[in-house]
Amino acid sequence: MPTFYENKQLVTPGDLLAEGNYVAGENAYAEDGKIYSTQLGLVDYEEQRVHVVALRAFYIPYIGDTVIGKVVDVGFSGWMLDINAPYFAMLRASDVLDRPFKPQKNDLFSIFNIGDLIIAKVVAYNRTRDPLLTVGDPGLGKITRGQIVEVTPTKIPRLIGRQGSMISMLKRETGCHITLGQNGLVLVSGKTLEDERLAIMAIRKIDQEAHTSGLTDRVTKMIQKEKGGVKHAQKDN
Amino acid sequence: MPRKTTKKLIDKNGIRADGRKLDELRPIKIEAGVIRNADGSAYIEQGKNKILVGVYGPKEVHPKHLTLLDRALLRCRYHMAPFSVDERKRPAPSRREQELSKVITWAIEPSIFLEHFPRTSIDVFIEVLQANGGTRCAGITAASVALADAGIPMRDLVAACAAGKVEGHLVLDLMDVEDKMGEADLPLALMPNLNAITLLQMDGGLMTDEFEQVVGLALTGCKQIHTLQKEALKARYIAVKKAVEKQ
Amino acid sequence: MTQIIIPHITQKQIVQSISDGKRLDGRGLTDYREVQLEAGIIGSAEGSARVRLGKTEVLVGIKIEVGAPFSDIPNEGVLTVNAELVPLASPTFETGPPGQKAIELARVVDRGIRESKAIALEKLCAIPGKKVFIIFIDIYVLNHDGNLIDASALAALAALLNTKMFKYQVKDGEIEIKPGYTQLPIRNHPIAVTLAKINEKLIVDPELGEEQVMDTRLTMTIEKDGKICAMQKGGSGYFTTQQIMEVAKIAQEKSIELRKLMVKG
Repeated sequence: MPTFYENKQLVTPGDLLAEGNYVAGENAYAEDGKIYSTQLGLVDYEEQRVHVVALRAFYIPYIGDTVIGKVVDVGFSGWMLDINAPYFAMLRASDVLDRPFKPQKNDLFSIFNIGDLIIAKVVAYNRTRDPLLTVGDPGLGKITRGQIVEVTPTKIPRLIGRQGSMISMLKRETGCHITLGQNGLVLVSGKTLEDERLAIMAIRKIDQEAHTSGLTDRVTKMIQKEKGGVKHAQKDN
Repeated sequence: MPRKTTKKLIDKNGIRADGRKLDELRPIKIEAGVIRNADGSAYIEQGKNKILVGVYGPKEVHPKHLTLLDRALLRCRYHMAPFSVDERKRPAPSRREQELSKVITWAIEPSIFLEHFPRTSIDVFIEVLQANGGTRCAGITAASVALADAGIPMRDLVAACAAGKVEGHLVLDLMDVEDKMGEADLPLALMPNLNAITLLQMDGGLMTDEFEQVVGLALTGCKQIHTLQKEALKARYIAVKKAVEKQ
Repeated sequence: MTQIIIPHITQKQIVQSISDGKRLDGRGLTDYREVQLEAGIIGSAEGSARVRLGKTEVLVGIKIEVGAPFSDIPNEGVLTVNAELVPLASPTFETGPPGQKAIELARVVDRGIRESKAIALEKLCAIPGKKVFIIFIDIYVLNHDGNLIDASALAALAALLNTKMFKYQVKDGEIEIKPGYTQLPIRNHPIAVTLAKINEKLIVDPELGEEQVMDTRLTMTIEKDGKICAMQKGGSGYFTTQQIMEVAKIAQEKSIELRKLMVKG
């Protein structure tokens, strides 16, 4: 029952990962008893299941995901949001309004307008319809301050870290409030622009180096160095 | 401006005008992730060819009426910059560019899981900045890397290469003057792991046994190019890892 | 998609930050982003240069052809500038013939070069009234992150300085090519400097987010000796006289800075 790579090795689309009694997991597919990768990423052999953690990916909505979206259109029955996915997402007016809803476009503009950023949750999605969002739960709704930074969606777990170690470190060292959208958008809200810029720099570094080890320590050191050292104009990678 | 073409293209030792052996590829350099705004991108240099590819998608389809209900719409556009050739090319798409756009789309389509993203479009823009023969193949090679860079799920990468016949010899990877002066030019694209040929064109004249040899030559070229594609995709991550380990 | 929507909170921050004298990326109000310049990278062109201004990337190629002169200027070569906003450079660029944005870009760059008489067009006449040299400047935008004008003008100038044309002689009414090359005769170095107005503050080299938020912009092209040879106000906002004078002053200073890069490139 051969496998052809070591765990966590870099593979590319079409690479033969395993042959025989295996099941294709995420970012892998099976053909003629062989398992191939569909992505550039790190291969993971978990007993009989072979999957690939993609290094470059766009966001595919999952029910239950918290996402950060931008309102791009206001219609008669709700709003259309760009959630950095192949499809725009819908937020229904009925989700936000308690009273029986009369379709007057003015009402909707005053609640959420084009250009507003919203934290929402995905409540429905399948291949035949666009993703549906809700802002009904606590902590969801319009974002009023902060900056947004974009990372590859598959790196979000790395931003969280083991038992939240990475994200707690970031919050502690930069003094910023950090909200992670599963769609790769991260909201950073701090007391000063400098604090926010620091957090964004750290988050971008994590995005770049997510596939390496010892990252938490390195990022901590970098933040401390930036705080203590000479300030210079931000160069983003 | 005129060019001298009286010199032989292949000397008596089987060495070509640019110093290559008959079955040798031009020097190739591939880089992924070079255009910031694009969802995926790649740059290739193959001999004097310089080609840039940007990928946008999967995203909503524009114009809407082209939307396919059961799969993503793949559109590849092959376009040459006015300064990419000896005699300035007018910016408007020529018939050749339109034909190449179509065959390139057909060459790449089988490699993508289009059914995973119904009602979306994937746009691939191939810009030839400098041309010296074999640009459709180099374009396909770079486009495949750009699609992987965009995180679009694929069955396999697509590697492309041309082979042909010049002054009686069967050669690999024809440059422009060899294509223009030679007897046959055969561009071919391959999904290497699945051993599937997705592009096959030819102009010129080949006997059946020559044809078989030329195809074989092109296939070996594709496989070598495939190795370079994989290296290009991995390069950034390996470099980051190395830099990190040094610290 | 033909419009980028900048989130409201980002718009507010850009304005707030600028009111405080700094920009979101840490730059001062009159700072350019990092400029990288590489000349001679396209061998099929007679001259070429690529400029990276922050994340904005523009490639310019120069082609020289022989053609007929304009009937009213029979003894001069012809200059023509074209710009392509190729779709890979931005999700807002579409395929098709040059739109208004591309045409404005080409014309502003053209004006700077033409009005400063940077190219000695009178030296590009082979047979008066019949055969002259046509200089094609093709601007290819490769990544749009704001301020395409300054990046394109810089790349165009660097490409012109890099341009070689073949030596020739006129024999029996025909142009005969001789071995060897000469530099294209360039006698001025016009530099375009663009400022944007945001909340009554003037900022140099607007990046993409700032361009979306700005009230209006003003480009001034400055010659080697400090003369203003071309101007373009873009966008629908307005300037006060005082602001225009301030733009002129800042453009002078910045043009000297940018022109120094030509020596290196």
